[in-house]
Amino acid sequence: MDIVLQQLVNGLTLGSVYGLIAIGYTMVYGIIGMINFAHGDVYMVSAYITAIAIALLTFFGIESFPIIIIGTLFLTVAVTGAYGWVIERIAYRPLRNSSRLAVLISAIGMSLILQNYVQLSQGANQQGVPTLLTGAIRFTVGDGFVQITYMKLLILFISLLGMGILTYVIQKTKLGRMCRATQQDRKMASILGIDTDKVISTVFVIGAMMAALAGVLITLDYGAFDFYVGFIIGIKAFTAAVLGGIGSLPGAMLGGLILGLSEALFAGLISSDYKDVFSFSLLVLILIIRPSGLLGKPEVEKV
Amino acid sequence: MSQAVGINFKKSSIDSLVAGFLALILFGPIVGVLLDGYDFDFEFDKVAWMVAIVVVGRFAISSFFQTEKGVAMAFRYASNDDGATVLAPGHKSKMVWIIPLVIAVGLLVPFIASKYVLTVVILGLIYVLLGLGLNIVVGLAGLLDLGFVGFYAIGAYGLALGYENLGLGFWSMLPIAALLAAFAGAILGFPVLRMHGDYLAIVTLGFGEIIRLVLTNWASFTHGPNGISAPLPTLFGLEFKRRSSDGQTFHEFFNLPYDSAYKYMFIYLVLFAVVWAVLFIKHRLVKMPIGRAWEALREDEIACRSLGLNHVLVKLSAFMLGASTGGLAGVFFATYQGFVNPSSFTFFESALILAIVVLGGMGSTLGVVIAAFCLTVLPEVLREFAEYRVLMFGILMVVMMVWKPRGIVRVTRTGFATRKGAVK
Repeated sequence: MDIVLQQLVNGLTLGSVYGLIAIGYTMVYGIIGMINFAHGDVYMVSAYITAIAIALLTFFGIESFPIIIIGTLFLTVAVTGAYGWVIERIAYRPLRNSSRLAVLISAIGMSLILQNYVQLSQGANQQGVPTLLTGAIRFTVGDGFVQITYMKLLILFISLLGMGILTYVIQKTKLGRMCRATQQDRKMASILGIDTDKVISTVFVIGAMMAALAGVLITLDYGAFDFYVGFIIGIKAFTAAVLGGIGSLPGAMLGGLILGLSEALFAGLISSDYKDVFSFSLLVLILIIRPSGLLGKPEVEKV
Repeated sequence: MSQAVGINFKKSSIDSLVAGFLALILFGPIVGVLLDGYDFDFEFDKVAWMVAIVVVGRFAISSFFQTEKGVAMAFRYASNDDGATVLAPGHKSKMVWIIPLVIAVGLLVPFIASKYVLTVVILGLIYVLLGLGLNIVVGLAGLLDLGFVGFYAIGAYGLALGYENLGLGFWSMLPIAALLAAFAGAILGFPVLRMHGDYLAIVTLGFGEIIRLVLTNWASFTHGPNGISAPLPTLFGLEFKRRSSDGQTFHEFFNLPYDSAYKYMFIYLVLFAVVWAVLFIKHRLVKMPIGRAWEALREDEIACRSLGLNHVLVKLSAFMLGASTGGLAGVFFATYQGFVNPSSFTFFESALILAIVVLGGMGSTLGVVIAAFCLTVLPEVLREFAEYRVLMFGILMVVMMVWKPRGIVRVTRTGFATRKGAVK
């Protein structure tokens, strides 16, 4: 019982982070109908920038935890957002009217570039960040206990905050209205005076920023990362996006939570060696059985 | 294009300043602060160099595209080049002369090249085989398969495991591996028929990763990350070892001194023959209705289906043929290395094969052969640039898609002439 509860706690935090990254996939897919293959690597870049930001902040003599975490969040989100913008500008904008195959291949190229760029400049070794926040709340359940670390609470809080802000932006602000209009009908939106190129760039930046949030949180919690982490987590976040219904924001969050929970339970109860196999199989199964996901609309094939 | 042409220096300067600022944001943290455990070092000079290069480069590009030549060039590349080049009906291919020449040179290679060169050329030929296989799936049928390495792994592990568990050798495994991989292709292909484009890419990627993870984790069967040894090929039962385990060895039978290069020569010759066989089969297939159907499906699936083409059969056949070629390549890879482990079958390998197809030109056989050699042999020659290899592949893929999405060698096709007396 205590194992199940503990895995539920772990799964919840993991799932909220998957949800954050999934937002990047789902928004880009919703607006230009392509999978941003380099998104997982944007997450990976943000993990590196997290470690660099912490190192720089401590170098300048800042020791207090709240300032470090806020500073790190701010720096990482800003720099990663710039990555999102540049990636769109270089690899996707020139291909706006090309075939989907061309865009996808260009995205794969971008992913290789990011991975190798980080590997060349920072080395292939695993890197780490110091543990900043220790301590936990413990509950006794039966013979064992369930432990919720403060870090996990922080992850849950910040990711919910991030999703909340994003939902507000998309639902209430002018920028969000522009995004939704572009998502519904790009041509019509541009006829009505929306600069759709700018909106698409903005969506890429928002997606990268959300991935950066996830990057900071996971890196602080887990401590270690290398240039290859983006690949696996990218596919998992994509699975979350597909599970929830690609193109739908609440779907991404829901899909993230479901994937995180089921993966944590699978790892805890059945086998942790095969948990990645589980996620990949889940992805294949969803795409075969219900490609439109839980909250998504079925895709209409246009002739 | 009747705009007044002249370089607007203000615009170029702003462009380059913006680019420089962005480069500072992008390169600053990752390049400028080198993490070293929980410690770090500053490397400002590298960042300064990179930013300077970006600023100067952006200024040059920005200025160039304001000149008359630049405008013309931008216009030329804005229009996408589509489809195949159609040759005149009476066109005689120069290949009639080139092919025998290439075969003759190819047959000479093992006898004049050193052992090192031979191993590099074998590797190149293995990638030619892989490229040809993926070219059927991606280039001809337009199904983006990112898990192609899975079939390669099936071939390689098929030889190693078949030898260990069933005592099957190289020759018996060659056709079996092709069938096994084709079967796996069908298993993968069948459920994903309903998907296309991006979804298909992700599912096949997942498939390739599942195979790699199973190979890594199922240690009792596959020996996990430690890998497993694979048998050498034999010539009518003659082995290419110094001492035979049973029966005779090649050098004893022919009264030759022992040389470890013999086995590579033999692998090369077999591989060379197989590559030519695959080339020939593919060449014929493309002209047959099935090949035409692949290409038609690539161009417009909905139109094909409404015209009554059985898309299930067409897609499955492409998947299975591509996969079986990958399986063949896997057998050669295993016997060439004498050893297989899961680290040879990562996603990067799939991306490399895809880069071969993309660079060579989707659907173009000649292009794929040239690209396979360029991408595998060049890094061997330019050893000092080896660490930039992946970066180059990435840049190549982006640049090719932006610049020439159909690859360097365009697909050509001989046109038809109307019959004499036919209605015009």
